[in-house]
Amino acid sequence: MRGGEDQPLAGSVMHVKNYVRFEFQSLPENISFARSCVAAFASQIDCTLDDIEEIKLVVSEAVSNSIIHGYGNKPSGKIVITVSILDKKTLEIIVEDYGKGIENLEEALKPTYSSDPSRMGLGFTFMKSFMDEMEVTSNPGEGTSVRLKRSFLAKDKEAYA
Amino acid sequence: MDVEIKQVRNTLVVRVQGELDMLIAGKMRKEIDEKLKDDKIKNLIVNLEKVTFIDSSGLGVLIGRYKKIAANGGRMYIVGAKSPVDKILFFSGINKLVPMYNSEQDIINI
Ligand SMILES: Nc1ncnc2c1ncn2[C@@H]1O[C@H](COP(=O)(O)OP(=O)(O)OP(=O)(O)O)[C@@H](O)[C@H]1O
Ligand SMILES: [Mg+2]
Repeated sequence: MRGGEDQPLAGSVMHVKNYVRFEFQSLPENISFARSCVAAFASQIDCTLDDIEEIKLVVSEAVSNSIIHGYGNKPSGKIVITVSILDKKTLEIIVEDYGKGIENLEEALKPTYSSDPSRMGLGFTFMKSFMDEMEVTSNPGEGTSVRLKRSFLAKDKEAYA
Repeated sequence: MDVEIKQVRNTLVVRVQGELDMLIAGKMRKEIDEKLKDDKIKNLIVNLEKVTFIDSSGLGVLIGRYKKIAANGGRMYIVGAKSPVDKILFFSGINKLVPMYNSEQDIINI
């Protein structure tokens, strides 16, 4: 969705200290792999164990959404994750799928909205709450890209920030 | 096993282990719903002592089972949730519907 295959970091390339990019099939078995990978990479940043747990949660939410909604639980879809460390303390996570996309983004982003009556519509709320920034771009029939960003201040300094 | 189920009189006790994401949540929903076909079962205790992660898929299955149990006039309890799982449960507000206890023993004592 965002940038070309050959330009994985278009837009933020100047600031990037380090990044990883990986892709995998839209299978539920891969969700734990995806969140563990991002968490392992993020541990290069000086953040707490609680922060790492929150990173795992938001990755799980974005990837689950791609599998469930983007690909309708079909295992043949492709999900691409790019994680970048922008400066010593800022993490950016981009989760992209090439699934069905979101028709009405405004509605989808409302707290507790779900297109599936058996779900609670918590995913985007978690992503928004646990990250500083959330940007969702989606084109029906083309796919969805979720960009999440957060800066981690050293815990002892946080109170004075 | 990720999901262990036993029946004590009219109560189903479910012990889950590992990371309660879409993969385990799907399994848990299937196994609980299979048992709930038995009309004798009224109440549900979900033990999350050994759960180290939960996301909205796990929460969705818990809320869904609560609705089933409540519709049938039964009670549901969550026991043993620890950090970071407890924080996510509180954040979702599920604790307002489903009472949370430290251990299975705590429920027997009430
Ligand atoms: N990658 C995606 N592709 C297509 N539609 C999506 C995607 N991500 C989200 N959506 C749409 O946005 C809605 C809201 O997503 P959100 O994650 O907040 O809730 P949910 O997934 O429905 O429920 P929960 O996350 O609590 O299981 C979804 O119901 C779905 O319609
Ligand atoms: Mg979701």
